[in-house]
Amino acid sequence: MNEKKYSSMSVRRAIGNAVTYAVLILVSIIWLFPFFGLLMTSFRSYESEYGGMIGYVIPKRFSLDNYRFLFSGENNYLRWYGNTVLIALVVSVLQTLMVLCVAYALSRMRFRGRKLLMRFWLILGMFPGFLTMICMYFLLKQFGLTQAGAVPGLILVYVASSGMGYYVCKGYFDTIPKALDEAARIDGATRARIFVQMIIPLSKPIVIYTALTAFMAPWCDYIFASYVAFGNDKSYNVAVAMTRWVWTNDYQGYFTRFCAGGILVAIPVTILFMCLQRYYVEGVTGGAVKG
Amino acid sequence: MAGTADGTAKKKSAFAGALSAFSADIKEIGTTFAEGDWKTRVSYLIMGFGPILRGLYAKGWALFLSEILFIWYMISFGGQYISKFATLGTIETQKIRRKTVYGDNSFLILLFGILTIVVIAAFIYLWRLNVRENKKEQDRLRAGKALETNQKFLFSLLDENFDKTLLAIPVLGIFIFTVLPIIFMICVAFTNYDDKHQAPTHLFTWVGLENFRNLFSFGTSGFGKTFLMVLIWTLAWAFFATFIDYFLGLAVAMLINKKGIRFKKLWRTILVLTIAVPQFVSLLYIMRMFAADGLVNSYLLKWGLIRTAIPFWTDPALAKIMIILINIWVGIPYLMLIATGLLMNIPEDLYESASIDGANGWQMFWSITLPYMLFVTGPFLLTQFTANLNNFNVIYLLTQGKPLSTNLAGNAGHTDLLVTWLYKMTVNDTNYKMAAVIGIMVFVVTAVISLVVYNMLPSVRDEEGFQ
Repeated sequence: MNEKKYSSMSVRRAIGNAVTYAVLILVSIIWLFPFFGLLMTSFRSYESEYGGMIGYVIPKRFSLDNYRFLFSGENNYLRWYGNTVLIALVVSVLQTLMVLCVAYALSRMRFRGRKLLMRFWLILGMFPGFLTMICMYFLLKQFGLTQAGAVPGLILVYVASSGMGYYVCKGYFDTIPKALDEAARIDGATRARIFVQMIIPLSKPIVIYTALTAFMAPWCDYIFASYVAFGNDKSYNVAVAMTRWVWTNDYQGYFTRFCAGGILVAIPVTILFMCLQRYYVEGVTGGAVKG
Repeated sequence: MAGTADGTAKKKSAFAGALSAFSADIKEIGTTFAEGDWKTRVSYLIMGFGPILRGLYAKGWALFLSEILFIWYMISFGGQYISKFATLGTIETQKIRRKTVYGDNSFLILLFGILTIVVIAAFIYLWRLNVRENKKEQDRLRAGKALETNQKFLFSLLDENFDKTLLAIPVLGIFIFTVLPIIFMICVAFTNYDDKHQAPTHLFTWVGLENFRNLFSFGTSGFGKTFLMVLIWTLAWAFFATFIDYFLGLAVAMLINKKGIRFKKLWRTILVLTIAVPQFVSLLYIMRMFAADGLVNSYLLKWGLIRTAIPFWTDPALAKIMIILINIWVGIPYLMLIATGLLMNIPEDLYESASIDGANGWQMFWSITLPYMLFVTGPFLLTQFTANLNNFNVIYLLTQGKPLSTNLAGNAGHTDLLVTWLYKMTVNDTNYKMAAVIGIMVFVVTAVISLVVYNMLPSVRDEEGFQ
């Protein structure tokens, strides 16, 4: 009797697992298909086959024509790529510094107006970001940081207000016991020294998380990048340039080239992300719980 | 906070407190002057005079220099703008014998007028600091104590005043690139700044509440109907995008975490790919996949399942559904990551005792997993919801707000959110005044929802709950 019950339970468990596997495989196919399609399309030649939309996934003949086109000098792809890498690297470093500074000050120090400042920034964050676009464009233009100077201009835009994104980092700092600070202060360490030599080394995961998200964001930015670079082909980032390839009227011919360009953007970013995934998970989970 | 009554009482007392603090401040400025020595009194006019004479050069010169800078700024720059602030300029730009003679530039007057007002406020604050500093030094000297030295003052910027060092640049950056532009745009909402009143060739001026009246007028030319439609779709979108993703993400996380399922890491990695690949690559490809001549339609036609291409992006209702579905593809991986971390935090013995009591999987999910997850992620759901209200990328990359409709004002499309509409009005139509009004409405919607929901959250009301 007991044995029978046990076996029926194990059968049920086996069926349950089979269903779960089936669902997971289906989910995986749905999630992977766009990437697979993207990769396949990038190998379709725009010369011998067709550069636009087509009714099948796997090309008749694999070719590297699209990739050759990207490096051919007929367009500024390398320039766009370079712009994006430069922006992403600089923003990553500067934004991390800003966020760390703000998070430390708000987490560890108690000064007049601290609560007020935090509430004020919270309210500021409720305004949509593009509301400020016209004004920002004008300010940048005054310093020659639009169109031809769009790359430093964009860096300035991304970094300037990044201090407001301190929440996740502050949440992490709050979990480091204050007793550590106090002990160090009794030993005569200044706040500055505690920050640089103690808190930052202790917060490695969150530093990496901040730098990683700051690095990834400029790769995806279309809005500000297209507005600030406005019509100056040489200062586009990859997102603006590739989006234009898809949206121009002859996207028919540029679709495969867009796919190739997209693949080249996606590969390094994806590899970097996968390597640092552990820190990313820690950051988003921590941020979600602390709100 | 126990309730609204308590809340208003607190607000009232806070207001009264601020008022009494202000009057105490004024009084203190007076008594400091009356009781002060001549160094202090001169400092009322020449900032930093007292500290310099008392040997505190770093502080004193900094104050003195900021006063010089302020006067120079007002005379050479700020004064001309602030004087025209009330009208935003009166002299039109004209063409006299083919030569353009530039008149007033309303844009500059508005922007630098605001800047000047802020600079004046900052100067008043600095002046007050100067008075307080003098009083402090004087009191110390009278009590026979030594003054804090220059070195000590500078050193304190790395120690007890380290917050000022740390926050100086971030606060300045946020002021110039966020606060100033936002104040500017709020002001624009009360002007007639649009394509017919473009600076510098044309003037624009204050029009009071006219634009807001336009937003709520339901006539043929008014924005009322369109605004209402876009608002409803924005709220519906945010609701579906948040909750469908949440529950499906939770479900996927539970499937992967199920006992006996292997290759957990592989499943997770596949999903996480969506986060890693920049959205403009993946979403633009998917957008094309569902186009009239895209892959999906081609295959369906080839297999004979449909006769004509499905109008995924040109049918309003279908486009909305597609956006929500594709957003599931974007959103599940994030939720899966978060849920995976949190699911592991649920104490195992809760499940064990439940299964001893004879609960099945569903019952355990409804009475243990879900309540726990909702409790822990309440604030996260709220931020997720407000983020979705402003989710520009997904909408813009997929449809750009299309399909357009002639029934809608301001070139709005059926899938436009308030923010994409705002963006299009700014970039395509240069209808700045209405864009500013919409921006303010987005703020109002976000703020109201945040405030109301935040106070209802169980984890805010009852912090001890699940701990």
